[in-house]
Amino acid sequence: MSSSKTQTQIHRHSAGARKRWWVEVGWRYIIGLVMVLIVGVPVLYIIGVSLDPQGSTTGSSVFPSKITFDNYTTLLGGSKGPFLRWYLNTLIVCLVVTVLQIICSSLAAYAFSRLRFTGRRVGILALLLIMMFPNVLAIIALYSMFTQLGEAFPIFGLSTIAGYVLCLMGGALGQVWLVKGTLDSIPQSLDEAAIIDGASHFQVFSRILFPVLIPIIATTAMLAFVGIISEFIIGSMFLKSADSMTLAVGLYGLLQGDKTANYGVFAAGAVMVSVPVVILFLFLQRYIVGGAVAGAVKG
Amino acid sequence: MLLTSQPSTDPSPNASVPRERNTTLPGLITKIIFLGVVLAIGVYAVPLLIHYQMWMWLGIMVAAVVLIFVIYLTKRFIPGKYLFPGTAFLSVFLIVPVVLTVGYSFTNFGDGSRSSKEAMIAAVQTESFKRTPDSPVYTLAVGVEGGDVADGPYTLFLIAGDDPSQKVLAGRDGEDLAAWTGQAPTITDGRVTAVPGYKLLTARQINDAWANLQAMAVNVPGGSESGIKVQTPTQAYEGKSSIRYDKANDQLVSDSGQVYPNQVVGTANCFVAPDGKCFQGKSWLQNVGTKNYSRLLTDSSIRAQFLAAFAWTLIFSLASVGLTFLLGFFLALTLNDERVRGQKAWRAFLLLPYAIPGMISLLIWSQFFNKDFGLINQLFGIDVNWFGDQTLAKIAVILVQIWMGFPYMFVVCTGALQSIPGDVKEAARIDGSTGLSTTFRIIMPLLLISVAPLLVASFAFNFNNFNAIQLLTQGGPALSGQFTRGGTDILISMIYKQAFGGSGTDFGFASAMSVLLFILTGVLAAVQFRITKRLENLT
Repeated sequence: MSSSKTQTQIHRHSAGARKRWWVEVGWRYIIGLVMVLIVGVPVLYIIGVSLDPQGSTTGSSVFPSKITFDNYTTLLGGSKGPFLRWYLNTLIVCLVVTVLQIICSSLAAYAFSRLRFTGRRVGILALLLIMMFPNVLAIIALYSMFTQLGEAFPIFGLSTIAGYVLCLMGGALGQVWLVKGTLDSIPQSLDEAAIIDGASHFQVFSRILFPVLIPIIATTAMLAFVGIISEFIIGSMFLKSADSMTLAVGLYGLLQGDKTANYGVFAAGAVMVSVPVVILFLFLQRYIVGGAVAGAVKG
Repeated sequence: MLLTSQPSTDPSPNASVPRERNTTLPGLITKIIFLGVVLAIGVYAVPLLIHYQMWMWLGIMVAAVVLIFVIYLTKRFIPGKYLFPGTAFLSVFLIVPVVLTVGYSFTNFGDGSRSSKEAMIAAVQTESFKRTPDSPVYTLAVGVEGGDVADGPYTLFLIAGDDPSQKVLAGRDGEDLAAWTGQAPTITDGRVTAVPGYKLLTARQINDAWANLQAMAVNVPGGSESGIKVQTPTQAYEGKSSIRYDKANDQLVSDSGQVYPNQVVGTANCFVAPDGKCFQGKSWLQNVGTKNYSRLLTDSSIRAQFLAAFAWTLIFSLASVGLTFLLGFFLALTLNDERVRGQKAWRAFLLLPYAIPGMISLLIWSQFFNKDFGLINQLFGIDVNWFGDQTLAKIAVILVQIWMGFPYMFVVCTGALQSIPGDVKEAARIDGSTGLSTTFRIIMPLLLISVAPLLVASFAFNFNNFNAIQLLTQGGPALSGQFTRGGTDILISMIYKQAFGGSGTDFGFASAMSVLLFILTGVLAAVQFRITKRLENLT
């Protein structure tokens, strides 16, 4: 009798502990799992579509009917548009714009953080305000500006990568804030020492400060790079010839051309674009999250 | 105060500001090469821009070259040396377009009204060239001088069919037909077959360039009433315009006697056809004053649509920020607990939607909401036409925003939660606060202060988040009786449609809408400024 009573007590006790565990911790796992499903299912599904030769549009199943790489070979073969060219164009645009933006932003950040000049505070406020206007608000003017420019200099016209890059340079000072913030946190004594040693202002910038800035610049560059991959509005307006398109414009066109027939091929393209970016993100997660929290908003 | 609130890092006037020292030799060489290149570009570009009469670009070019020399050649203007590159790009590709947009908003600039009145009349006449019984016929060859075979500019080489001396005539777009004065061409069977310095187009290339060749206006000396029209790849004729411009009465008159008077249609003047519309849909670039604005503000249907789009833009931005924040915050609270294992793995996985490039996610989701084969309908076994109904489409847009945006908020909130000191929570517990009320009374306000600037920035970003609409629904579904707005159009996508949409591009009117959007964005920026500043004062 007594022994059975103890058993029930133990049983009751562990049931209570389990209940408490569910109330305090267990539900957290459930919610986490639900979110993993919400994030994971669409991703897995699109990978499935990319492997399904029929593009998963005909059957009622969520699973691919057959697994092949047909969609990938079709896309890389170029019959649906010069995908590799789009990829290359996107890389060129993102690299050039990111590098130029970072250079312009770092130089300006140095002036704002270290140099004294009249209009410095007004300038910094004006810049803060102007950068809030995305240049897409003036798309009509940009369109006619570049139509004109292209007549005199065909390499900078519409449907050219160079013209598109130039247009995106309207955001040349987009990274000033992050860089200036970091510069402000570097003690002034560092450059003073260098100046006493006879360094010029450019040497202070390039040899002393720039190396210290490299981590934050790498973070900003990564965020800017990924943001530019998604630039669509100016691209869709400027890049009309197939050879000049970026991935955003090209894949959009592919999908608009025939939603059903091109689904699988589009999915293959989406996977090929996303995989490198996601891998890069996972490797640099710590820095990117830091940069994102410091104030950059990804497009 | 905002910007100089950290006295320790504020540059002191004299001590630390470096001066320009004697330049090193490599530095000097770099400088010389750089300025040389700038000068070379300037020397190359200026005559070209003058030739094309692009005064704005000419001004930009000259100003840039002069400024570069003034700033980088002298040892003064040290801050200018650092500010110039970014500021120059910013000015040319952000500020100038904004100023131009404001300018356009006072004109009728659009597809049918790009050129001057004279050019428009000439174009109308060129297009109406007709062959008359006695009009001369020429053999034709088309050449390009160094230019692009596909784009021109083209030169037409003509020999009159009845001319025994085989005199070669040449004509370029916008110029009069004249005797060829260049190097002697080769003539075979009465047709020009080679011209030194020119590349002649093959019949196939001429076919490819057909539209361009048809649009060429090569006048026959003596006015724009008659001109050369390309008829086949080897033949051209002199046509006579069937439209005449009656200067005295400022009207167009056709051969059949139909009169097209110059009158106001809509906001601008044009030659009016009997059906009350502009002749061939054409007008010319003219100043319309504030008519675009008054149309926007007084036409009740347009104003209602603008306001409806504005309201949806606000709801869209607010919902995007608010819901992603709530979900992110909730997840951060849920998973940021030391008893939950594998914190890093959860975080890495939930970051996935943030890592995938935004345009890819949006395009993928546009497929998922497809009625016939979309994942959503398949998964839940339903048959909902998501993008066919205004409300459903709006819900879909917001759902996608949440899916794409919650990881960012999750990460931000996790970071902010971890930075709240443990003794704050401890103190709350000692004061008798329970779990839930600690969360809402103590943690949430602290967290809100640190993330509020990001929320405001995110709101401002979504306010003009063109991609989120265009890539997902294209602003659809179309609404009956609405002028350009679709059910999910935010202001920026509505303006884009107005300017570049299929039916009747009206840049002037779209610019007026853009200017209103500038103002709204400016107000938003000012509010953002204030909030951020107040919060900075708080912390």
